[in-house]
Amino acid sequence: MLTPESLARIDREIAKYPEGQRQSAVMSALAIAQEEKGFLAHETIEYVAHYLGMKPIAALEVATFYNMYDLKPVGRHKLTVCTNLPCMLSGGVHALEYLQEKLGIGLDETTPDGKYTLKQGECMGACGDAPVLLVNNRRMCCKMTPEAIDAMLAELT
Amino acid sequence: MAILGSINPILTAGLDGDRTWRLADYVARGGYTALRRVLGERIPPNEIIAEVKKSVLRGRGGAGFPTGLKWSFMPRTLPGDKYLVCNSDEGEPGTFKDRDLLRYNPHAVIEGMVIAGYAIGATRGYNYIHGEIWELYQRFEEAIAEARAAGFVGQNILGSDHSFELYAHHGYGAYICGEETALLESIEGKKGQPRFKPPFPASFGLYGQPTTINNTETLASVPFIMNMGGDAYLAAGKPGNGGPKLFSVSGHVNRPGNYELPMGTPFATLLEMAGGVRGGRKLKAVIPGGVSAPVVPGDVMMEATLDYDGVSKAGSMLGSGAVIVMDETTCMVKALERLAFFYHEESCGQCTPCREGTGWLYKIIHRIENGRGRPEDLDLLGSLPGNISGRTICAFGDAAAAPVQSFLKHFRDEFAYHIEHGRCLVPVEVQRAGSSFFTAPAEG
Amino acid sequence: MPEIEIDGQVTQFADGANIMEVAEQLGVYIPHFCYHKKLSIAASCRACLVQVAGANKPVPACATPATNGMKVFTHSPLAAQAQQGVMEFLLINHPLDCPICDQGGECQLQDLAVGYGKGASRFQEEKRVVVHKDPGPLISMQEMNRCIHCTRCVRFGQEIAGIMELGMVNRNMHAEITTFLGRSIDSELSGNMIDLCPVGALTSKPFRFAARNWELSRLPSISPHDSVGANLTVQTLGQRVMRVLPRENEAVNECWISDRDRFSYEGLNSPERLTRPQIRIDGELREVEWNVALDYVAHGLRDIRDNFGADEIAALAAPWSTVEELHLLQKVVRGLGSGNVDFRPRRSDFATKGVPAGARWLGMRIAELNELDAALVVGSFVRKDVPLFTHRLRQAATHNWGRISLISLGDDDPLMDLHQHVVVSPSQLPMALARVVKAAALQCRAPMPAGLEAVVPDIESEEIAASLRVRGKCMIFLGRVAVQHPHAVQLHVLAQQLADITGARVGFIGDSGNGVGGYLSGALPSARNARTMFAEPRRAYVLLNVEPELDCHNAQLAMQALRQAELRVVLSPFVSDTMREYADVLLPVAPFTETSGTFVNCEGRVQSFKGVVRPLGESRPAWKVLRVLGNLLDLPGFEFTSSEEVRDAVLPPASLRDGQFATGLDNSIRLPIDPTALVPAKDVGGRVLERIADVPIYFADPLVRRAPALQKTRDAEPPSARMSAATLAEAGLVAGAPVRLRQASAHGVGEAVLTAVIDDGVPAGCVRVSTGHPGTAALGDMFGPISVEAA
Repeated sequence: MLTPESLARIDREIAKYPEGQRQSAVMSALAIAQEEKGFLAHETIEYVAHYLGMKPIAALEVATFYNMYDLKPVGRHKLTVCTNLPCMLSGGVHALEYLQEKLGIGLDETTPDGKYTLKQGECMGACGDAPVLLVNNRRMCCKMTPEAIDAMLAELT
Repeated sequence: MAILGSINPILTAGLDGDRTWRLADYVARGGYTALRRVLGERIPPNEIIAEVKKSVLRGRGGAGFPTGLKWSFMPRTLPGDKYLVCNSDEGEPGTFKDRDLLRYNPHAVIEGMVIAGYAIGATRGYNYIHGEIWELYQRFEEAIAEARAAGFVGQNILGSDHSFELYAHHGYGAYICGEETALLESIEGKKGQPRFKPPFPASFGLYGQPTTINNTETLASVPFIMNMGGDAYLAAGKPGNGGPKLFSVSGHVNRPGNYELPMGTPFATLLEMAGGVRGGRKLKAVIPGGVSAPVVPGDVMMEATLDYDGVSKAGSMLGSGAVIVMDETTCMVKALERLAFFYHEESCGQCTPCREGTGWLYKIIHRIENGRGRPEDLDLLGSLPGNISGRTICAFGDAAAAPVQSFLKHFRDEFAYHIEHGRCLVPVEVQRAGSSFFTAPAEG
Repeated sequence: MPEIEIDGQVTQFADGANIMEVAEQLGVYIPHFCYHKKLSIAASCRACLVQVAGANKPVPACATPATNGMKVFTHSPLAAQAQQGVMEFLLINHPLDCPICDQGGECQLQDLAVGYGKGASRFQEEKRVVVHKDPGPLISMQEMNRCIHCTRCVRFGQEIAGIMELGMVNRNMHAEITTFLGRSIDSELSGNMIDLCPVGALTSKPFRFAARNWELSRLPSISPHDSVGANLTVQTLGQRVMRVLPRENEAVNECWISDRDRFSYEGLNSPERLTRPQIRIDGELREVEWNVALDYVAHGLRDIRDNFGADEIAALAAPWSTVEELHLLQKVVRGLGSGNVDFRPRRSDFATKGVPAGARWLGMRIAELNELDAALVVGSFVRKDVPLFTHRLRQAATHNWGRISLISLGDDDPLMDLHQHVVVSPSQLPMALARVVKAAALQCRAPMPAGLEAVVPDIESEEIAASLRVRGKCMIFLGRVAVQHPHAVQLHVLAQQLADITGARVGFIGDSGNGVGGYLSGALPSARNARTMFAEPRRAYVLLNVEPELDCHNAQLAMQALRQAELRVVLSPFVSDTMREYADVLLPVAPFTETSGTFVNCEGRVQSFKGVVRPLGESRPAWKVLRVLGNLLDLPGFEFTSSEEVRDAVLPPASLRDGQFATGLDNSIRLPIDPTALVPAKDVGGRVLERIADVPIYFADPLVRRAPALQKTRDAEPPSARMSAATLAEAGLVAGAPVRLRQASAHGVGEAVLTAVIDDGVPAGCVRVSTGHPGTAALGDMFGPISVEAA
């Protein structure tokens, strides 16, 4: 269900917590599973739950509570644009609108070629670099301008 | 480099190199000397706590609770596991200071945690890092590895009998996990729903064991307090408000970023250091302590000093020191709509007033912003926050209510205009001009 | 003691009490939804906000500890405003569909909205829409819009049922209660969530739209299904049972009942109810009047006695019959001169030919289970056998750090932290227990009981032995499997030895509503027991409340004996096709809801009850039928005019008993260990395996077998042939394919064709084939050899 590499990474996370607290690794395990699978299907969540000795519904609670988990398929590049107040003051909403127009999709939609999904995010703790966006939950792009977005899109394959 | 300025810096001193996050760089700046001295001289834990008390270091996460006092609540001699948790789940809009500390000075956090662990009797620590700053989560893991390899973290640190295991735990997108008991739930692998207190974490914390939770900046300050002494640290701030503080400036300024200033610095000084209001426009309003703090009209704020008491006098809270600057291009209805959406979105859903009330507030303000306001909405907006604030398990309910109350208090006219005319008092093109998206900010 | 003032009333309180509890003692009502005395404190609904002098904001009464000198105001303007504010929030997204809501009239939200809400809503927005769910045949989640997120159901699963099947997913106002992937809720305690739900979000599926609460009468009763004897409130409309709810009794069932207790009532209205007496005339069963039927029976029994001797008459009753019924049945049989009577159809090994030392019972009070420091449960599918017993064990393990160990025939999860779990084949069960006995003797340096020479303790048995040696409440419980085991007596002897060595006590969990009452009623054999009365076929059989093909240890043996008999008298509330095949007389008798009677539960508690509705059709309470039969047979001592008189003839009146408890409870046994019961593990496998027959919870008695909703649950799936993958392979079978199972007895061979299923929790060399189901009714001994082959 998950590759040996992913399981090895999950095992490393489990080792961070005291004996008998495997559940503590659920957030990282779900993140690792999502990295491998692209999104968290219910089967994946159940697999992770069993791996950690949790009830599937408890793992689902976690997967649906934290908004960086994707329970539906997303494009190869998930772009999460912060539009919270500090970013908004510096054009976060404009950045989102620019991307919508450029990619021809609305919020929470994926381009027909499966390349991009557009999401609106909450504060990423980087307001000094506003407006910011996050690529695939991992890479943060700061001080977005039309040019910077164009360059970023060109870089993503 | 996002630490753009300082006055008598302590935390950010010397952070102008290009690999300041490396252990060698930190040691060259004098890093880990405090830990060496604490363990080498076997300074009794209660003396460390006394020193921190003397410094009047107050929690930098937003609540401003005296750190030394918090540490003294730990039953340090009680047998069994005890935990120290660093709260780096920085998601309060406007706040981005801990991100820079983790980015440029992670070893100060680690050293602070090892000393704090020693002081409170904890042998295991976790640093809970905001999920969105993934690169810094990885950087922190590397820093722990460096520290472990150098003997600063792990079993029998520096040959002493103090052991402290330290791990990083990442969030994955939930503002509420910045609330300390939600954060503990999250480490336990659950939804981040705050716990009712009492019991407090000092008696029933992580895995039900005594736990202390401190903010990143708070813990990073500890080595400096140990090095310079509590008195000197206190003197670097003002009475009752020890030490310098990181201020995160965002919004309509020319140079958004972090500034390390002594407590009590006038707001006007900070605004000037941040390059003034973008485009030389007029200051309209400031949220001085993260979005959970009440908004303050610009002219009031220009008279205020930046410390717990000074901001309180201006009618708000110092909070996490996140200063959001809004100029005259800002539509206050739109600004509040976005905040209301944030609180609605991030409510954990546990307590009735917050779960239902934040959604209701957002729906009302969203209607007003979109030209579908009703005359009775203003009264409703006036009374609903009072039914949320103080009625929930954690302070999120208060935080969700405060902006509505303060925006309405200071900018009621704009809301009334919206309801009456179905559009903004501030024309859309003016609002657009305030954005830096189309014109790169002055400082890159 | 510290003092607190609530609304001007001063009272003392116990340390650790919260404001809610103290207010309850005072009779001051504080509104609440999420708070429930049996669940952890969530403090999230915020309905119970009250004012405390000195506090600047209202505090939740459910979570705020009472402190000395505290002044609480539950109706002050601050408290009232807070409570009203919460009510408003609770109602904004609630559909307010009370007129079509099943909860109407018994809805906490409705009641509190009247008390604390406002007449009109200020909420002008669109309401939240929550998709309905389908968690199986028992609970309806069709209107989840009504949910107020109190999470009682979630906490119940985690804390009481021991299994989290419901969770609250998502966050903010989109939080919703759901199962994982729409799966069913399979907990055997799930119906309690319906009671816990303060609104109409979780409702009873079988009861849906059937009646309004206020139309129903509420009558007390006692559950016949398991040895706890849960106290019930039966709700009736006219002469029909509409719903069953728990009747709170802290010492017995607390405020819970199992799903079997709750939903079995549907079987009362089964189309298989027998409503008129019938006798076989010229090979056909014909309906007759009661007097005709009873004359027929009296004549028939007399004829057999007179022509062949009374020993040709045998009677078998089910242990869910009442004390009164069992007493009168044995009185009829003994009056005729026969000693062939028993109430233990699923037993196969009987202590002695004589009467045991006393009624086999739990060995402690039910309420003490929560305080166990250690317990060893031997031979039980404990979770499904007696759900509320297991619930208390779970509480002992969770809250009392009790060390609970299990020696069983399968890895079925009892949903609690077990100290040790040893899984063995039936033939190894005595040896597994003997290992613990020997380990305990060695640890305690006690004299080694004779017969254990060949026994070698292992790590598990040493751990179990050590756990039972702690000072405190320690028990060795013999479960259903241990009692039905071919070496049941030896298992009892071993448990007694272990108790003698460790200081723990022996208890019997019991398996049905009147197991203890059966012993006390005297329905025990003085000649042939429940097995030998079939192994040595008789000419006449009287069956009471029992379906031998489903309820006997060896159904094959029982049916063969019945088929060759001359007179078969069946007293039963139900009639089945099988019954129609063999019965010469069918006498419709009343189920527990239609008769007065007494059950004695596993702790010896005497619980009498009255009928809640009139007997259906022409059925009659069995005690009356047996009394009249006694009269017709001219037997002495049948002058009873009420069931209470019968009871008082059996059980000393309460004034002479330990309050509500029966006397004559005794688990002692003084027999030597028989080393031949301690067979070493053999090389197992091949085509002849050991059968493991569990009694699935919803196949366990005639009433529950006829309850439609329960029969749709996963626990009621038809039996399969469950084997470990290795056993399956060695027998040359294929998972998913049909397998022919054969068991032989003295008089022939019976077979069943079931699907082979891989279950690695089944011990090697065994096949798990449930009993209690028509699909396996032709098979033999529950734990005997069984051959398998591809079908």
